Amino acid sequence: MEQIIFIILSVLAVVGALAVIFSSNAVYSVLFLVLTFFAIAGHFILLNAQFLAIVNIIVYAGAIMVLFLFVIMLLNLNKDSEAPTPALARIAGAIAAGLLMVTIVGAFKGLSQGSDVALRGGEIGTVSRLGQVLFSDFLLPFEISSVLFLSAMIGAVMLGKKNLKDS
Amino acid sequence: MENLFSNTLDGYLFLASLLFAIGVLGILIRRNIIIIFMCVELMLSAVNLLLTAFSVHHNDPNGQVFVFFIMAVAAAEITIGLAILVMIYRNTGSVSIDSLKKLKW
Repeated sequence: MEQIIFIILSVLAVVGALAVIFSSNAVYSVLFLVLTFFAIAGHFILLNAQFLAIVNIIVYAGAIMVLFLFVIMLLNLNKDSEAPTPALARIAGAIAAGLLMVTIVGAFKGLSQGSDVALRGGEIGTVSRLGQVLFSDFLLPFEISSVLFLSAMIGAVMLGKKNLKDS
Repeated sequence: MENLFSNTLDGYLFLASLLFAIGVLGILIRRNIIIIFMCVELMLSAVNLLLTAFSVHHNDPNGQVFVFFIMAVAAAEITIGLAILVMIYRNTGSVSIDSLKKLKW
């Protein structure tokens, strides 16, 4: 049963990812990326990492994708204005990416014993367990990330301003 | 590596490698900066998935906390990236990376 769900979610994720890079309209790319992120959230649930599944949906499929859609719509980029990539570059890119994948899979081969045991995930992915770790061992990085968000917000506002001298 | 298509560590290794390679492929063959950003997100997601799988495999919650931090940093990075993209569009009138070859030798 879990294996069937794994296969369905994997096919959804891979098909969505391929559709992201091969669709000519940028809005369709964003929507297929949302599909891929939902499939990955399903994988998180399959691994019993409930907190990460929810955060994945809220942050990626919610916030970041809305940001992408807003940029595409505000800049009016939904028409296909992209110059086609040369065929040689496409073939070279496909070969390079395929070789990279073969290399990664080959490097992972013979990794460790017990890697063919089905992953079930105990209680480590629950909100309470992760919250305990987050607020005890990782308290300082957690607080620093708020400073990171503040600086990112200020930076985005500064970059997005039309002309800084006018204000 | 027999169980490539089941919910084992091998299966997640294969799936994450495939998603990462698709992300690399998209970066190499597309010219639209927005699509390239999306491919970066795809690669980050593949790594997140693999990190979670290893965290479950080793029964260690620290890996999942790292995934949480990766998501936070990715959100900040994409915000800045899209702001830079809006500025590029305002200055060059296109979102193709072909318009940004002044530093190319």
